[in-house]
Order: sequence, then C-alpha cells, then structure tokens
Amino acid sequence: MKYLLRRLLRAALLLIGVSALCFLFTEMAPGSFFDEMRLNPQISPETVTALRARYGLDQPLIVRYSRWMASVVRGDFGYSIAYNSPVAPLLWTRAKNTLLLTGTATFLVWLIAVPLAAWTAASHGRWLDKAAAVVSSVLISVPEIVIAIALLALAVRTRLVPVGGMRSLGFQEFSTWGQIQDIAQRMVLPTAVLVLSSIAVVERHVRASVLEVLQMPYIQAARGLGISRTRLLFRYALPVAANPAISLFGFSLATLLSGSLLVEVVTGWPGLGPLILDATLSRDLLLVIGGVLLSALFMVAGNFIADVLLLAFDPRIRTGESHAN
Amino acid sequence: MRINTLVLLLALAILHLLVIFAGFIAPYGPSVQNRELPYAPPTRVHFVDTSGFHLRPFVYSQTLTLDSYKEDRTREYPLHLFARGETYTIVGIFRSNIHLFQVAEPPRIFLFGADGYGRDEFSRLLYGGQISLAAGILATLLSLAAGTIIGTISGYYGKWVDESLMGSAELFLSLPWFYFLIAVRAFLPLHLSPVETFLLLICVIGLIGWARPARLVRGVVLSARSRNFVSAARGFGASDLYLLRRHIFPETFGVLLTQAALLVPQYVAAEATLSFFGLGVSEPEPSWGNMLSTLQQYNVLVSYAWLLTPAAALVITSVIYWLLADALHSRLKSHSI
Repeated sequence: MKYLLRRLLRAALLLIGVSALCFLFTEMAPGSFFDEMRLNPQISPETVTALRARYGLDQPLIVRYSRWMASVVRGDFGYSIAYNSPVAPLLWTRAKNTLLLTGTATFLVWLIAVPLAAWTAASHGRWLDKAAAVVSSVLISVPEIVIAIALLALAVRTRLVPVGGMRSLGFQEFSTWGQIQDIAQRMVLPTAVLVLSSIAVVERHVRASVLEVLQMPYIQAARGLGISRTRLLFRYALPVAANPAISLFGFSLATLLSGSLLVEVVTGWPGLGPLILDATLSRDLLLVIGGVLLSALFMVAGNFIADVLLLAFDPRIRTGESHAN
Repeated sequence: MRINTLVLLLALAILHLLVIFAGFIAPYGPSVQNRELPYAPPTRVHFVDTSGFHLRPFVYSQTLTLDSYKEDRTREYPLHLFARGETYTIVGIFRSNIHLFQVAEPPRIFLFGADGYGRDEFSRLLYGGQISLAAGILATLLSLAAGTIIGTISGYYGKWVDESLMGSAELFLSLPWFYFLIAVRAFLPLHLSPVETFLLLICVIGLIGWARPARLVRGVVLSARSRNFVSAARGFGASDLYLLRRHIFPETFGVLLTQAALLVPQYVAAEATLSFFGLGVSEPEPSWGNMLSTLQQYNVLVSYAWLLTPAAALVITSVIYWLLADALHSRLKSHSI
C-alpha cells in the first residue's frame, strides 16, 4: 500500500510539474492570439483590450495559473478562443480517438514483441536471432515520419485500406457491425505505422532481459530436470524477465503517444494530434496546454498502471524486500 | 569491428561533405524556379544516340505536352564538368561560380526530378541537408552541453541538488516529448525570418532533450567521484573545478560521444517533422522536412515518386548514425570491462 501511495504522489507531482511548465511558457511567449487580432484593421484596439480583460488575460501569471489549476481539477480546461467553445469537450472527443489508436497499438506491440523477443532470445546466435536483430535495427533507425509517409504512399497507391479520417461517408446509416468494421479498416494504416515504429525498442529490451534470465543457474537446473523448452521459456523465464519489461511499458507509452501525434496528422486520424497542431498554428494556447496536459495525464496514468502491474508481478515489491526503482 | 567503424565514419564524412559543398555539386540554386517544368521527372542522362556511344554524357530537353513530358531528341546537350553557372558560397565564406556539372540552357538537368515549381529536387536535397543536418548537430551539441553541466552538478554535489535536478529530468523524460515540442513551438512566434526560425528550432529541440544526457553524465560522474585517484587528488588539495576538469570530465567523454551519435538522427528527424508540419523552416528555404510536406496531398504522393528522395536521405542519415552509435557503444563496453 505504501508503495502505491508513493507512486501516486509521484504521479501527482509529475502532473503539477508539467502544468506549471506549460504555464510558464505562456508568459515567455511573445505574441498571442490577440496580437494577431490586433493586426486586423477591422477590429478596434478597444475591442481587443476588452476581450483580453474578459478572458482574464490581464491578470498576473500566478493568479491565472492558480485559477486555471482550480478549474482543471474540476474538469474545466478553459475556453478555446479559436473554436469559441470550452476546451474540455473539444479535447475529450479527440482524446477518445487517440486513446483508441494508441491503446490498440500498445496492445499489438506487446502481443507481438514479447513472444518474439522470448523466441529470439531462446535461439540466441542462430539465424532467427540475427534476422530479427537486423530487422529491429532497421526499424529503430528509420524515422517515424518516413515510415508514416511510406505506408501512406503504399496505402494510397494500392488502395488496400481506406485512408484519411475515421469514418466513411454515410457512416450513420451503417449497422453497428458495419460501423465497427469501417472504423477498424480506417485504423489499419495509423496502427501499422505506430506498431512498426515502436515495436523494435520493446522487442530489444525484452529480448535483453530474457537473455539475461536464461543464463541464470535456476534455468540451467530446470533444463537439466528435463522441462520442455516452451514451458521453460514462458513459465520459468518470462515472469522473472517481466520486471524491466513492465518498467519499459510506461516509457513505451510515451513514445507511442508522441508518435501518434505525427501519425494522426499524416494519416488524417481525428485524434489529439491534428487538433493540437491546428491550435498551434492558430495560437490557441489554452487548447495546446490542455492537450499537452491531457497527453501527460495519459502518460502518468500509463506509468501508474505499470507500477501496479509490477506490484502484481514482482513479489519482491509486495514484501518490501527490495527498493523499487 | 574496427573496419566497420572506419567505413561508417567514411560514409558519414561523405554525407556531410556532399551537403557542405552543396553549392559546388548542385547544378542550380535551391530556389531557382522553372514554372514551365512543374513536376518534371528525373532527367535521363544518355551515353548512346543514333550515331553510337559518346564518352561525354548528354541530355535532351524535356517539354510538357498535355499531361506528360516528352524528350526532344532532335538536339543533344552535352554535360559540362566544372562549368561556370550561378554564384554560390560555401560555409558562407568561399564564393565561386564553378559547378561540378552544368548543361547549357534551354534544357535543365534534374537528376532527381523537379517539384511543383520546377525546382531541381537534387539541388534542393543538398541545400536542404545543410539545414537539416546542421539543425540536428547543433541541437545535439546544445543538448549535450546542457546535459553535461546539469549532470555534472547533480552527480558531483549530490544531496538535494541532485534530487531536485534528477526529479526535473524525470519530468522531462516522462513527457510525451513530441507533444511538448509542439507546445513549446506554439508559444513562440510563428512568423519569423528563416534564420531566426532555424535558431529557434535548434534551441527548442536541443533544450527539451537535456534530460537523458544529464542522467547518463550524472551516473558517470557519480562513479568517478568515488574513485581512488579522485580521492587522492582531493587529498592533495585539488579544487572542485580542477577535479571536475582534470579527472571527472574525461570519464564522461565516451558516453557523450555515443549519446551524440544517437541524438543527431533523432533531432534531424524532429526538425524534419516540425518543418513537415509547417512549424519549422519555411519556404523557399529547403529542408528535408518542408520538402516532404508537399506529399501531404495524396495526388502528389502517388504520382511523383522522386519527391520521396528527402525521405530516403533521412533514412540514410539515420541508419549511418545509428550504426555508428552501436559500434561506439560496443567499443565503450569492451573498453570499460
């Protein structure tokens, strides 16, 4: 329990840090939405000043931050100036799509990477291991934007999967099953990019930790007792190798979230990515801050889930024997 | 192992020399437009015509007819090596107008085709590399400098300094950094001169990434601090600054070198991505990112494969740097054991 409390506290501190950081940047920023507005000859300076006062932008930084923090805790992320609507619902509709995408991608990455890593570690030094090493180093080194563009080109050219957006025209008329199918088809491309760009890191880490475990004496003993290779690998080695892998889980979530921003923009998936990019280009700062904070929240939540999983997997943490790091 | 590293270093040197001497190698300037030749395909360089083989390669002029380009075979235009053309400067100092190869007008030579404004993709690729690679390398230097300073302070002084610094490092590491990168960019002015944007990009990309090198340097400093020779030097009355400079900093060198090889491709890709989104270096200055941004239109993406060359350049750069990082890493490991 104490372990979980400590982790929760750390998560909260992390969030406060992120939000404070975001807010500090607003102060350093030269130029704002209203400065752009001021250049517009059709809007009088008085109107701009009045608008500034109305949105509370004439208050000092610390006041604005504490007000904003108080409202964020209540689930209110402020008011988007460009969309002329509250930020929270804007973010939420998009965040669901991002979560759907990154959740699926995370699931697939781990589903593929863990058995593959265990397998390659078990056949250490043989051609399978070497082939996997080559493929993973290629995947690691190719920038995500190139993977995204290449797969997009492939998809547009071959018309294997539909591209752009999340729903086809006439989505409302489809049956429930048809709707699910439609979304699933349109998810193929962004998910594939995300999986390809992040699977190699996971595979490498898990492989390294499985390899380390496989060289331990108890595995040798188990092998000597005639336990089958598969059982040895998945029942005896993997759970012990899980600790560093689970710690990686939180981190891989960060890369996936970062990656999904790019992928969403390139493939036209209506997630947080395009929203934040548009907000950036129109200098809608509260929306940007809200988006970053939300993505940080996902991150922290992911890390916390990893911590809970660690607690479930690693008896050393439950008994408080070793210091979790 | 050794030969591999040498080959990689050679490849790296060639890549950077190509880009540095862009002015000499590229036949045209980066923003020279040929509006009558939009999306011209790569020019074919010929050696053979009806009269047989020629040692001097030649091209035919291309003209746009309806929707496709035709080669006009009536007249051959030979390639001139080391011919005079447009004036350029190399690293901003040496002015010259001698190019590696030129073709007498009216035909143009587009080795990698042309973009929508009829600008030579090959020339733009080389000039764009100047911006992309310089951004990656300078941002890496910035990251490493910040990381080294913070990591050294953190590891050397320990206690609450260490705890607060590493706490904020963890904060930076756990952020989805691309969101953060865009957010930071969002708070900075959008419309700037290309030079300002370039410097701004370097600062943003470099400063956000300080945390990882800082953590690594801290680890090295921490272990170096407790070494016997450091204690001995301290016993002889060496000052903090002397200890750091003479005994501790050299220990971090290997880690920093490996980090550099890892960070450069990441930052080149980051610059490319930001420019791709229109948040980086803007037209007409080429960068690998903003050259790719025309591909956001599906018809361009599908029809003009040669516009993918910046992506290929990105891949080549990344692969070389990654392999180098790998080689450095395994070398470092075998040395320290």
